[in-house]
Amino acid sequence: MSEMTNMSAFEIAESVNNQTVTATSVVEKSLALAEALNSKLNAFLAIDREGALRAAAKVDSIIASGGSPGRLAGVPIALKDNMCKVGLPTTCGSRILQGWIPPYDATVTKLLESEGAIIVGKTNLDEFAMGSSTENSAYGPTLNPVDLTRVPGGSSGGSASSVAAGIVPVALGSDTGGSIRQPASLCGVVGVKPTYGRVSRYGLVAFASSLDQIGPFSSSVMDSALTLEVIAGFDLKDSTSYDEQMGSLSAQKGLSVEGLRVGMVTEFVEGSDLEVVSALRDAANALTSLGADVVEISIPETKLGLSAYYLIAPAEASSNLARFDGVRFGLRVEGSNIEETNVLTRTKGFGAEVKRRIMLGTYALSSGYYDAYYAKAQQVRTLIKSGFERAYQQVDVLISPVSPTTAFKLGEKSLDPLAMYLSDVCTIPSNLAGHPAMSMPYALDSKGLPIGVQILAPALREDLMFRLAFALEGSSTGAPSLDDSIKEAINRG
Amino acid sequence: MSSRISPKEVAHVAMLARLSLTDEEAELYASQLSSVLDHASDIESLDIHDLEVTAHPLGLVNRTRSDSVVSGLSQAEALSQAPDEAQGMFSVPPVLGEPS
Repeated sequence: MSEMTNMSAFEIAESVNNQTVTATSVVEKSLALAEALNSKLNAFLAIDREGALRAAAKVDSIIASGGSPGRLAGVPIALKDNMCKVGLPTTCGSRILQGWIPPYDATVTKLLESEGAIIVGKTNLDEFAMGSSTENSAYGPTLNPVDLTRVPGGSSGGSASSVAAGIVPVALGSDTGGSIRQPASLCGVVGVKPTYGRVSRYGLVAFASSLDQIGPFSSSVMDSALTLEVIAGFDLKDSTSYDEQMGSLSAQKGLSVEGLRVGMVTEFVEGSDLEVVSALRDAANALTSLGADVVEISIPETKLGLSAYYLIAPAEASSNLARFDGVRFGLRVEGSNIEETNVLTRTKGFGAEVKRRIMLGTYALSSGYYDAYYAKAQQVRTLIKSGFERAYQQVDVLISPVSPTTAFKLGEKSLDPLAMYLSDVCTIPSNLAGHPAMSMPYALDSKGLPIGVQILAPALREDLMFRLAFALEGSSTGAPSLDDSIKEAINRG
Repeated sequence: MSSRISPKEVAHVAMLARLSLTDEEAELYASQLSSVLDHASDIESLDIHDLEVTAHPLGLVNRTRSDSVVSGLSQAEALSQAPDEAQGMFSVPPVLGEPS
């Protein structure tokens, strides 16, 4: 069974369109694997067997009648459970949305389905995407398929884990401060945060609106390129979506990186573990041997990113999450009047990390502190943007670690919020600047845990970022070995 | 341990955010929020008062769609997830009056 589920999205779409396999058989195998592994990984909050098989049958019938179902024909895809699909619950990993069935589709859901992709389920996440380990879910943590004693990273841990385990070739996540790239790095898969505005967020439950962006996870660079080509574009329903057409990403495969100027960001290297830095240096050497011109470059402003982020994101979250009040949807804990109902509902419905951020954000926005914290942090964004602009006068793209460490143990950082926040130190500056960045699995540490390399590019230059990723793919050590009990479960299936 | 924000202030902020905390939670959050605010002292001390703020990374402003009628959710769809409804509206506990 693992043979077919390990086909890439590119191969599946080609085979389904050529009629060498049916969408139904591909999807059936993905569902069986999801069901077999979920008791171990807790990667899925919902598996939609019935809906997925119905959609697959539709793709097969289009093929049978000579039609073309699209660029992702029959490709099983998982959605992080903060993106809406009609008929499937969207919980955001929170008790406050338990059982909520959205009455509308996210734009990304529509776009994927219009190209023949099959949504097989919704993946686990830190509650409202707040966290770096997927331990903050009200429905229990997701585990890393490479080592079940370790976290998959977060907040899109379920999406990263499901792709790493080979359940789906592609999953979508959302990235507000690193929530796609960090879990991709910790699980050994590709994870892409596009330019802010590249992908419509309509139907993505908002966390921090000036930072949130949707992007793909996949095993291969090509699958992320294909998926991003499908989901990118202007959307009338998201006024922050960008209307400039994105150039082809898949066409970047095989293009030379000769003469490309690549900067290795000193500040991100400084705080990272030795093995992580050594993987980055290997990647730099590989690029040099391909003819790229690699230099070290300092962007001191990025050091301010963490502080700015942990004021801006909670501030925006405290405003966005005000809508969860027990009135129109989700949990209601009834009190004797409306205000008491609001308080009882929110107190019972939100978990500890969400409450912590709502309070931090409310504090940062409150009278007397607004100028000192929120406004100041928004000015720091300008500083960080100008730091990147200066760097991009000297180089075309940047590389750095994704996460300062490889996957940590469950529970290791859950009692110390600040230590957890520090996992995002290399990823946050791209969100603050709105730039694209991706994690490319590159090496393994001495324990066999995956290490990703981050590729950063100027706004709207996903093409350059992918050119470098395709070039690095050749010298990557490849997929990590999965935990023995996961291998066993796959073989038994 | 620094105390940039006291348990009493935490309780006040929680009230503003419509959350209720036990005394132990207020103590814990006070120390955790203080350590995050301590970390933010690096930006507090910057003298950048004349710098523009960045609210939208690509600088898009005032983007509106054309003023034409498009369909939205039906009343039934909008009410489909309501905890309680009455006569086509969301129904809530009394708005006026003190908690009993």
